[in-house]
Amino acid sequence: MAGRSKIVFDAVRYDYTPPGGAPVPALDGVSLAIAEDEFVAVVGPSGCGKSTLLHLVAGFLPLSDGRILLDGRPVGPPGPDRGVVFQHFALFPWKTVRQNILYGLERKRGLDADTRRALARRYIEMVRLEGFEDLYPAQLSGGMKQRVAIARTLATQPDVLLMDEPFGALDAQTRGLMQEELLAIWSRRRKTVLFVTHDVHEAVLLADRIAVMTARPGRIKALVEVGLPRPRDRAVIRSAAFAERCEDVWALVREEARAAEAGVGQMGATEAGGAR
Amino acid sequence: MRRLLHWLLRSLPVLLMVIAWEAAVRLGLVGAALLPAPTTIAAAWWRLAADGDLLPHAAASLWRATAGLAISVAAGVALGLAMALSRTAERLVQPLVTFLYPLPKSALIPIVLVWFGFGHGAQIAVIVLGCLLPVVLGAYNGARGVEPALVWSARSLGARRAEIVRDVVVRAALPDILAGIRVALALGFVLLVSAEMVGARRGLGFLIAFLGETGAYPAMFAVVVTVMALGFTADRVLLAATRRLLRWREA
Repeated sequence: MAGRSKIVFDAVRYDYTPPGGAPVPALDGVSLAIAEDEFVAVVGPSGCGKSTLLHLVAGFLPLSDGRILLDGRPVGPPGPDRGVVFQHFALFPWKTVRQNILYGLERKRGLDADTRRALARRYIEMVRLEGFEDLYPAQLSGGMKQRVAIARTLATQPDVLLMDEPFGALDAQTRGLMQEELLAIWSRRRKTVLFVTHDVHEAVLLADRIAVMTARPGRIKALVEVGLPRPRDRAVIRSAAFAERCEDVWALVREEARAAEAGVGQMGATEAGGAR
Repeated sequence: MRRLLHWLLRSLPVLLMVIAWEAAVRLGLVGAALLPAPTTIAAAWWRLAADGDLLPHAAASLWRATAGLAISVAAGVALGLAMALSRTAERLVQPLVTFLYPLPKSALIPIVLVWFGFGHGAQIAVIVLGCLLPVVLGAYNGARGVEPALVWSARSLGARRAEIVRDVVVRAALPDILAGIRVALALGFVLLVSAEMVGARRGLGFLIAFLGETGAYPAMFAVVVTVMALGFTADRVLLAATRRLLRWREA
């Protein structure tokens, strides 16, 4: 692994406490180092805590144990150094496309109004939304909404980009297009990316390395080096190497998905038994 | 032209009712002394307005309604947000709200009059009594229902706590706050007229009571219609403002 570590997970534990219940371990002993400008995808069965992992880096949730370091320092409360893209976009519905993108810029020091406007325009162009600046999110398609969200996050120039199943809510065609766009944007301006997904193909297409997580409580089961050439585009999916890598990762995920399913089945059985 | 036609069609039931009413009185089906015909009421309204009796009373009522509603909205939004944002405020205020909500506010009119005297203050206090809680509940429920991801994304974009309240919580709660204000508005008019009937020397409620006692029923009905028109107009204005403020919701 080249370059110094940008993000380090060191024995991270997170216990989830349901309202009025006892704490349940969601993540237990997650250790992982992500290099500067590296694109790391996290895959795993649903409920394994992969989104939780991202929320911990973002500072939305408090760690139960362990450390997360950004540039060698423990991560603090949420801030513009870590840009987040959410599965359901999280755009401000009462703001237009332009106002959404301006929001983060208005909170940055040392940018005058003209610079902010120019930056907003540049990022609107980057995600090809010229002509839609004055529309509200409710007037946009899902793919357009996510492009606004990506532009809004990138415009503040975060150090690292945290993407939480960003294309999970989109239809298959839109998802494909968005993946291509993200590849193109990322190859133009490299950034450290932590990308959570349940889609193995997506992970192999986009990432440098893939962290496969175990069923709950989530741990890193394996790290897979993708090793496909960069810059990459969609053509890569026809290569034998792509298919092979997908198979490798899928084999790892399948074991855990099975375990997760079995776990749910067992829980269901005990609950049913307890009810009787 | 189409809009006019649409409007006419929508007012048709009201129009038919007025015509039926007029006919019933003219045909002698109901006593004109107890239920004056709409044309009689219209004439009485015109006389009241022309003599300059209506305007000062309407102005007094409008001023009280506006002041009472403004206080309720300001205090109600502040309280509701505080409850949603602070556990302490929630624990302190929530039981009071739940306990006081079913209280019939009109039952307190006599005692409020004793407390505040017979001036504007008492009337305004009665309105606040009734209008505060719907606004509090609207703001509280709206602010509690804010999508966590919106707050997270604002924080990630560099917003501070006060900015999150202003830019996210209040904006997200706005539909519920406006719904609360609409309920408050309707309640406010009812309470205002009741309070003025009992303990005021000015205002439309006072005028209704006074004219009723002296048996001037056409004029009394003319004032009732005035109250209705004011309430209807206020509601329309609020609806138009709501549509403007929430135009982002129309897809």
